[in-house]
Amino acid sequence: MTLNELEIGKTAKIVRLNGEGAVKRRIMDMGLTKGTEVTVRKIAPLGDPIEITVRGYELSLRKDEAGKIEVA
Amino acid sequence: MANIKIALAGNPNSGKTTLFNDLTGSDQYVGNWPGVTVEKKDGILKGDKNVVVQDLPGIYSLSPYSLEEKVSRKFLVEENPDAILNIVDGTNIERNLYLSTQLAELGLPMVMAVNMMDVVKRNGDKIDFDKIAKALRCEVVGISALKGEGGIEAAKKAVEMARRDVSEKGPGKLPDVPHVFSGSVEHAIAHIEESIQGKVPARSIRWYAIKIFERDREIIKKLEIGVGEMKHIEEHIRDCEKELDDDSESIITNQRYEFIQGLMSKALTKSEIRKNKATLSDRIDRIVTNRILALPIFILSLCVMWWLAVADGGPGTILTDWANDGFLGDGWHLPFTTHEVDGKDYETASEEFAKAEATVKAWEAGEKKASVEDEETGEISEEWDIDEAAYNAAKEVEEPDPSQFGVWVPGIGALIGAGLEKMGVSETVASLVNDGAWGGVATVLGFVPVIFVVFLFLAFLEDCGYMARVAFIMDRLFRKFGLSGKSFIPMIVGKGCGVPAVMAARTIENERDHRMTVILATFIPCGAKTVIIAMFAALFFRDMWYVAPLMDVIGIAIIVMGGIALKKSKAFAGEAAPFVMELPAYHMPTITGIWRHTWIRLKGYILKAGLIIFPACVFLWFIMNFDFRFNLVGEEGIDQSMLATMGGWIAWLLAPLGFGTWQGAAASVSAEIAKEQATATLGLVAANMEGASTAAHVTNLFASFVPACVPEASKGAVAKLIAMSFMVFNLFIPPCMVAIAVTFREMGSKAWGWLAVGFQLFVGYTLALSIYQLGMLVMGCGFGVWTAIAILVDMFCLWAVFRPGKKVEA
Repeated sequence: MTLNELEIGKTAKIVRLNGEGAVKRRIMDMGLTKGTEVTVRKIAPLGDPIEITVRGYELSLRKDEAGKIEVA
Repeated sequence: MANIKIALAGNPNSGKTTLFNDLTGSDQYVGNWPGVTVEKKDGILKGDKNVVVQDLPGIYSLSPYSLEEKVSRKFLVEENPDAILNIVDGTNIERNLYLSTQLAELGLPMVMAVNMMDVVKRNGDKIDFDKIAKALRCEVVGISALKGEGGIEAAKKAVEMARRDVSEKGPGKLPDVPHVFSGSVEHAIAHIEESIQGKVPARSIRWYAIKIFERDREIIKKLEIGVGEMKHIEEHIRDCEKELDDDSESIITNQRYEFIQGLMSKALTKSEIRKNKATLSDRIDRIVTNRILALPIFILSLCVMWWLAVADGGPGTILTDWANDGFLGDGWHLPFTTHEVDGKDYETASEEFAKAEATVKAWEAGEKKASVEDEETGEISEEWDIDEAAYNAAKEVEEPDPSQFGVWVPGIGALIGAGLEKMGVSETVASLVNDGAWGGVATVLGFVPVIFVVFLFLAFLEDCGYMARVAFIMDRLFRKFGLSGKSFIPMIVGKGCGVPAVMAARTIENERDHRMTVILATFIPCGAKTVIIAMFAALFFRDMWYVAPLMDVIGIAIIVMGGIALKKSKAFAGEAAPFVMELPAYHMPTITGIWRHTWIRLKGYILKAGLIIFPACVFLWFIMNFDFRFNLVGEEGIDQSMLATMGGWIAWLLAPLGFGTWQGAAASVSAEIAKEQATATLGLVAANMEGASTAAHVTNLFASFVPACVPEASKGAVAKLIAMSFMVFNLFIPPCMVAIAVTFREMGSKAWGWLAVGFQLFVGYTLALSIYQLGMLVMGCGFGVWTAIAILVDMFCLWAVFRPGKKVEA
């Protein structure tokens, strides 16, 4: 399953990051690394992007970026 | 003593700019919005003239991907600061330390200032500074930048470390840097260090080695590592990748965070009570970004700003009226001192006097009707029949003396006028001072209240953390036409004034989104353009109530279609930028913070506008009043003036739009100084037309533009068509000079600036061309070369918008 499929309020662990280059590096720099726990907080009123909690702070990312993050 | 340079580095939202202000005392912009500081700024450390503090852009990492990161990296590696002051948000320490591990590897003396310690303590959390200091090989101190506690001490510690570093360091003595990676990675890094020895500064060798391990192209290129050497290094990297089943960049990032997690489990004690309790920030956020409530709250906050800045009866309008008519104009009554005389207040009395004056003037001119005009639009606001009795009664009405109605403070304009009269200067000089110089200054200052209110509100939204949520809410919509959620605020601000709109776009980190927003934001009709709309709506489109809102709709349509077309164009093609944005915790902004923030921007506006508008207004006055032999022509002889001649030079360009005369050209060009200038200039250049009022002059001026071939019956309609074409042209060509100047600065280069202005010119010209040419076609005025050109250009625009774009990976 990928992060954009995770239900609101649910927590999961990152298993794998797909993609490459700037986007992947940026995602990892923000603390979304393998084994990190993430919680989906909410979805923006228009359906995209999503807000997650990671390493104790709030982060927003678009669904297609969240789609590159595999969680379990 | 030698000068010492300290680099201030840290994450966005860590309080870095606040600390910088504390340290240097300089005015500096602060924002609770990721990526606010784009330029590098430096200042002298308070109390020590020999120390320069360099404020670096807020960054999350030293990767080579974003502009801010490149700027910071370059400074840290190439400009050899003597020490690093790393500011860290104590309430969000885990992610903040990620950057710290990278900074520590540079081998420079480093002091870590853990900020927001007051909040950490209030939350009941504990941070063990000693353990962090040991693990990262740096000094750690706790500070509270907002309260001004501990910052200076932290900086002094960094200075001390830098001085000790210089005096103690013998040749070959390497700094102690943290080792955060696992065995096999450290092994590979050691090999890389060996092969680049001598090529890089000894103290930073570890940092370089890690960058090479990450295959950082910039660094590899810079060090000019030979192919054979690189092949050898590559082998070590591949071994690691095979062993850990990941790419080298991910390995480094993962292990850094693992190291920090391990450190935090020992150094950070979270308060047990608070662990599962929602913070105030969480509770606020639950409401303002709620699925159902988010949009209504957002729209409400826009309405509030709207009301504050430009609504009738709102503070912005009241302040503007006071500034224009009172403070800068004739004068004003001190509030609460006014009283009535003969049962009338001052306003009623002066209105009565104005009517009486009009009656006298009309009767003496032999008219049977008198009227008063609205000053701004030239529209006749009242008209009445007069007879001899009314004339005689009107002659008796005396001009009310404002000082009898309360404490009267004369305005600057009135004072200048009175002063000039007293000095007995010639009429020309008086006109130069009043209409030229002072007119220019007053135009700039007249806009200050609205801009002040807009800036104040924006500062509040940014400082409290709501702005990032706006981007979060609006992103979906704006991405559809190639912009991002952050583009929305500049466009809202653009309704008030284009200059702050272009400046507000600076908060967009991504270069492409930033440039597109700058190009498009000024298409929203601003406050000054509203004056043009008001005039034309009053003179030509009184039976078409929808014309004014239609202009806003056209502006929005241009942004949407322009965004789509630009996104598909070559200049803006390429990989989409990630929209991975931190949503900072809400906090109550401080008054000094908001004030500083507002004042910096307001000062920028006043200086910029003053430097451009003032000389431009004087120049305009000059070419309006003199001919090429420098004879004074005056208002009556305006068609002999330089303005008329110069207007004639470019009039042919405007012929396909229907107003290719010197008057049309002069009004359009003067509108580039300040948009509302178009109405004033139209009034002046039409002064020799038939009619009793300015309104009639301007109406007749446009009637005179109608080509001779048009049959008598449709002349009125064609005049309206030309008026529409003129209005649309002036609304949607590039904004005023000040906004253009700011656009050039924000676009970063002349080429991009010209591209922006070229695009805007194209849009405005195309719109006016289409309205006039297609309108004429519909009215049966024949099909000409320009009709064909208009149709072709329109087809090109439609193609640019609707052609299939390359699918861009987000």
